[in-house]
Amino acid sequence: MIHAAGLTKSFDTKGGETVHAVRGIDLDVPRGEAFGFLGPNGAGKSSTMRMIACVSPRTDGELSILGMDPNTQGIAIRDRLGVVPQQDNLDEELTVRENLYVYARYFGFSKTYCWAKADELLEFAQLTEKANAKVTALSGGMKRRLTIARSLVNDPELLLLDEPTTGLDPQARHVLWDRLFRLKQAGVTLVLTTHYMDEAEQLCDRLVVMDGGQIVAEGSPAQLIARYSTREVVELRFVPGTQHAAEPVASKLVDRLEVLPDRLLLYTQDGDDTLEQAHAAGIEPVASLVRRSTLEDVFLRLTGRSLVD
Amino acid sequence: MTTVDEKAGVRAADEPIRRPATAWTYRIRTWEYLLRQWRPYFWSGLAEAAGAPLLYLLALGLGMGSLINKRGTEALGGVTYVEYIGPALLCGAALQIAFSEASFATFGRFKWHRTLWGITSTPITPAVAADAHVMFISTRLLFSAALYYLVLLVFGAAGGVAGILMIPIAVLTAISCAVWIMVLSATIEDDASVAFNMVLRFGIIPMSLFSASFFPISQLPWAVRWLAFFSPLWHGNELARGSALGGLPLWQAAVHLSVLIAVFVTGFLVVRKRFEKRLVV
Repeated sequence: MIHAAGLTKSFDTKGGETVHAVRGIDLDVPRGEAFGFLGPNGAGKSSTMRMIACVSPRTDGELSILGMDPNTQGIAIRDRLGVVPQQDNLDEELTVRENLYVYARYFGFSKTYCWAKADELLEFAQLTEKANAKVTALSGGMKRRLTIARSLVNDPELLLLDEPTTGLDPQARHVLWDRLFRLKQAGVTLVLTTHYMDEAEQLCDRLVVMDGGQIVAEGSPAQLIARYSTREVVELRFVPGTQHAAEPVASKLVDRLEVLPDRLLLYTQDGDDTLEQAHAAGIEPVASLVRRSTLEDVFLRLTGRSLVD
Repeated sequence: MTTVDEKAGVRAADEPIRRPATAWTYRIRTWEYLLRQWRPYFWSGLAEAAGAPLLYLLALGLGMGSLINKRGTEALGGVTYVEYIGPALLCGAALQIAFSEASFATFGRFKWHRTLWGITSTPITPAVAADAHVMFISTRLLFSAALYYLVLLVFGAAGGVAGILMIPIAVLTAISCAVWIMVLSATIEDDASVAFNMVLRFGIIPMSLFSASFFPISQLPWAVRWLAFFSPLWHGNELARGSALGGLPLWQAAVHLSVLIAVFVTGFLVVRKRFEKRLVV
């Protein structure tokens, strides 16, 4: 589906500086996989997605989408892609149904087919009742669902989703995940970017962690956790600033310790045991929590930063 | 494509009817979209297109015209004032519409609604989207100019049979300016109001005043008269007036037409590039 080798994107800013957004990444996404780009803002995820979507020419390296070269066959590739952009770009002056119809028309389908497809996708996105409403009347979650429905007008083989659930409330996110999961079950190849680790864990078979325009790790969520983190994590919460006092003692208890503004994270195979040792060593946090490692911990380990700032 | 399961509810019951698409298919589809977007404003636009000339013709043509006609109209070529300004009013109105469509409306599709990014995620390229914009604005202009022409006919200010040529002339005049305003819309990132107000204040309004719309440029001193030669509206006015009232030598008509075509073609080529530059980054 997607093959990239040494893929690079640089561009010049207005100030004359050259920004290296993507610095030579290698990728291979097979058909039917749900593949994720995880990384903080500015990691190069969106730039990569735009190159895959054939709306941004690569600076260097190889890129092949559906077996074609975006530089020469962009139109033919885009004809078979679905794209969900980071910012919704629905037409707010048209109705919900018209948005789907108009978009389907861009792919060269007949009018009858486009109206039928619009109705079918309204159902898929649970928006049938809103069919004749203006887009301005929709909630954020509904707009996002409509954008996803719109990306399916051409029955895409490859669906690109750039931060599909950013800014949505938890309930709206779950509805969206459910829709995406159904697509995945139906065999559509999904490629998404996110800075939510739970989203990546929910949806992705395999993912890469990007930082500074490079891929810093690759694997399934479970593999990444096994490789880059411990089984459990003890979170010790402090009044912000006072965590530093406990740092020297805590660092003796475990091999890996992360210091956050209001917390210490102790990486360990046995959380309860470590917590007991911490109490015994005289550490007195405001609150404590033992949990399993997540991709967030992988990310902290790899980049030294939180995913969501 | 058949990998999508019907149970997932993402597949239409009928097989898609998909004709082999050419660049023209895509242009027409995008043009269709722009027409659909315009549809809610169709009647109000039509009312404005007919209402504005009525007001202008009443105020300037009949009101001011009665004063001017009394003093003699040799300087106007011996026609009544309303006959003199009719063709220019038609071209000027087209220019106003071209300005509104090419400025805020086009800019909004880049910046505020971002719909152009959605369009160009499909097989539609930025250049094709630019073509469709030019087609759509021309369509709008054609409607309004035709309506304006009918109102002029009623007022007896539409000239002879050849006066009907005022319609395509007004469309060409306005679109030749519109493409350049679209260049600006596709280029600016912020401060659209400032930029478009400048265009209006230092472009459209002076052009309307000093392009032989309301008086012949022979009434202007030579020091400023030459400015009219750079105004597409002047070339349009002269052509429109020539077609309605006659008396324009063929070679002059050819010059005016060539200037308008040149302004349009260069602007059109630039705007296609600009759309590309803005949307492909």
